[in-house]
Amino acid sequence: MPAAQDADPLVTAERVERRATPATLDTALLLVGLVALWQVGTLALGREALPSPIATVSKLAGIMADEDFPRHAWETARAFLTALVISLVAGLFIGLALGAHRLSGEVAEPVLTALYSTPKITLYPVILLLFGLGISAKIAFGVIHGIIPVILFTMNAVRNIRVVYLRSARAMRLTLAQTAFTIIVPAALPEIVSGFRVGFALTLLGTLIGEMFASQRGIGYMLVKAMETGDTGTVTALALLLVVLATCASAALLALDRRLRRHALTS
Amino acid sequence: MSAEHLRLTGVTRIYPALEGHPAVHALGRIDLSLRQGEFFSVVGPSGCGKSTLLDVIAGLAKQTAGTILFEGKPVAGEVPDGIGVVFQEDASFPWLTVYDNAAFALRRAGVPDGEVRERVQHTLTFTGLMSFASAYPAQLSGGMRQRLCIARTLVMRPRLLLLDEPFGALDQQTRLLMGDELLKLWRETGATVLLITHSLDEAALLSDRIGVMSARPGVFIDLVETGWAHDRDSRIVSETAFGAVTARLWGALRDQSIKALAMAS
Amino acid sequence: MTRADWIRLALIVGALALLEAACRYGYVSRDAVIPPTRMFEGAWRAVTSEETRADIWLTLQNVTLSLILSLIVGAAVGLLLHKATRLRRALDPLLASYYAVPTFVFYPLFIVLFGLNRWPLIAIGFLFAVVAVIINTLDGLARIPRAFVRTAAVMRLTRTQYALHIILPAAAPWFFTGAKFAVAYSFIGVIAGEFVVSGAGIGHAIAFAYNSFDNRMMYGLIVLLFVAVGSVNTFLSIWERRLYARRAGR
Repeated sequence: MPAAQDADPLVTAERVERRATPATLDTALLLVGLVALWQVGTLALGREALPSPIATVSKLAGIMADEDFPRHAWETARAFLTALVISLVAGLFIGLALGAHRLSGEVAEPVLTALYSTPKITLYPVILLLFGLGISAKIAFGVIHGIIPVILFTMNAVRNIRVVYLRSARAMRLTLAQTAFTIIVPAALPEIVSGFRVGFALTLLGTLIGEMFASQRGIGYMLVKAMETGDTGTVTALALLLVVLATCASAALLALDRRLRRHALTS
Repeated sequence: MSAEHLRLTGVTRIYPALEGHPAVHALGRIDLSLRQGEFFSVVGPSGCGKSTLLDVIAGLAKQTAGTILFEGKPVAGEVPDGIGVVFQEDASFPWLTVYDNAAFALRRAGVPDGEVRERVQHTLTFTGLMSFASAYPAQLSGGMRQRLCIARTLVMRPRLLLLDEPFGALDQQTRLLMGDELLKLWRETGATVLLITHSLDEAALLSDRIGVMSARPGVFIDLVETGWAHDRDSRIVSETAFGAVTARLWGALRDQSIKALAMAS
Repeated sequence: MTRADWIRLALIVGALALLEAACRYGYVSRDAVIPPTRMFEGAWRAVTSEETRADIWLTLQNVTLSLILSLIVGAAVGLLLHKATRLRRALDPLLASYYAVPTFVFYPLFIVLFGLNRWPLIAIGFLFAVVAVIINTLDGLARIPRAFVRTAAVMRLTRTQYALHIILPAAAPWFFTGAKFAVAYSFIGVIAGEFVVSGAGIGHAIAFAYNSFDNRMMYGLIVLLFVAVGSVNTFLSIWERRLYARRAGR
């Protein structure tokens, strides 16, 4: 039975997509269509409720030009990148260890899968109590979201390395280090990168949500303040910024993932 | 002299050009006539269009040109009544038991329960699957799963049975035994059989007649009559005539295979 | 129970015992974490409190609505996209990036659309869950072997028969996987929404307890939530294993 992370929507979507040939022009057309739909929404719901695409872009430009913005953006970036590095590096090592040591992996997996599918938002108060308000809470939020998929994917990647590769390594009389770096890592890399992709997305989510609760600075804070004061213009502008950033980063990672998988035998 | 069961005249199949791919002339021109109850094999190099031939005869694909007459009625892109196909891949439904798999088509066709039971039990017994009736395909070996696919097809009592390299994934010994089984089924049902295989031995062993196809676009370059007795089995490998047949097949096929290999690279 | 199961149980019990000791002997600040025994006490208190039961019930209603909507819409959209090849190909990169987008940003929009009631919450839960259902449905449909399609043609099945008797059972395990995600994501979406803005539901109750410095209630509710979601997930996994064990590798 495939593990939970095999069915993770992000990874499954790629698998479905990989079978088809890329249709960038069609996607561009679709995006244009979505923007048009947005405009229709503005007309239907009113400019107060849903600012138009053009108004949003200009509002965003205004926000980004504001002297306070770099401070907020840097705050978010700082928290996010720290959380990301922790999630990816710690997740990778833990995943490698759990994948290599069968029993530990078997013990840990159900716990990790359970944590993966429970609403970690309910742990936020706990995190706040433990870390206080401030950047460490935000980083912690990001990490608890992002580290689990990285561990699960890496663990699975190591476990699923085809036995014949390991036997070939023994037949070639490779040392442990050679086996690790010339066979295990390349063989497991595509799936590890998939885990990084999911980890990236979730760390971003966690950091943002953390900022909404635990900070007086950062984009998440700007967002929640705008939400509280009913400033739909700012909310929509920031939402657009986040959507564009997240999608671009995701697309870049997806391209990297695809390049790596081109050399992989199995899909 | 048996009646003519299937006739192909001037049949070709050309796959139309698509984005970035030129048109592919996959098959033809094919002229072929099968007698009722004949066991006919098709051998040919990879990519020569053997599977396309099967698709077109079964009505799974429409021929670009030419006529196909099955029992006197034309076939053009629609599956007629009385045809059964066993595919190369395992098509058994993993969510149904062996019994339910076999009964599937009959039930969909609205055949009454009593008759379904009788026909399924008979076919399963005949193919040696009755003791596995409540097992699931995942619990069977590859050979047995193919046997299930054959049983599922036979239960519908096809008058023309098309098989596309059905034993491809099996080892040699199992193939030989399955070949014997196929002959047994052929005799019992009296169906006309068209077998596609890449194994010259298999074709030589099982068939009344063998068609040798050229490399793409596939046309018949030789038709070999084996003259075997009706109640043959795998032991005819020991007859000298067997060697002559395979020699003739390879003689016709060797150049085509080289050509096909060159085309593929 | 395998050896791994015993070890896991021992580790969890051990960790709880350690936490208990650490709390009671002052190694961890009482303001931050309370002993597990007190947590379970809080959970019990929550379950026996009428008000909390009402909150729990409300959350469950919202989650269920989100789930049902996402399953129906997700399956339907998945089926349609499977047929509409060009649209699907255009949509694929967007679907693959969907979960990178923080969907909760649309929350204020939903409040404007639906008002300050349960529907913005359900909408967020739905948005979270529906794409998982779509993606997994598409995956299941894409995995239907070509041999099945051709077998159906040879058996001369009608389109309805093909859909009902072949597509449905063949793609079911993948749809089930999508459903598992839909459950988890519906919980996450609804409860997250309750946290941020809402006057009721478990999410709100937890936030309220936190703001009132009522740690026992807060932890109690968190424990309840984990137990509830964990139980649902375990139940679904066991059900899935039983349903598809005989298919072994589908």
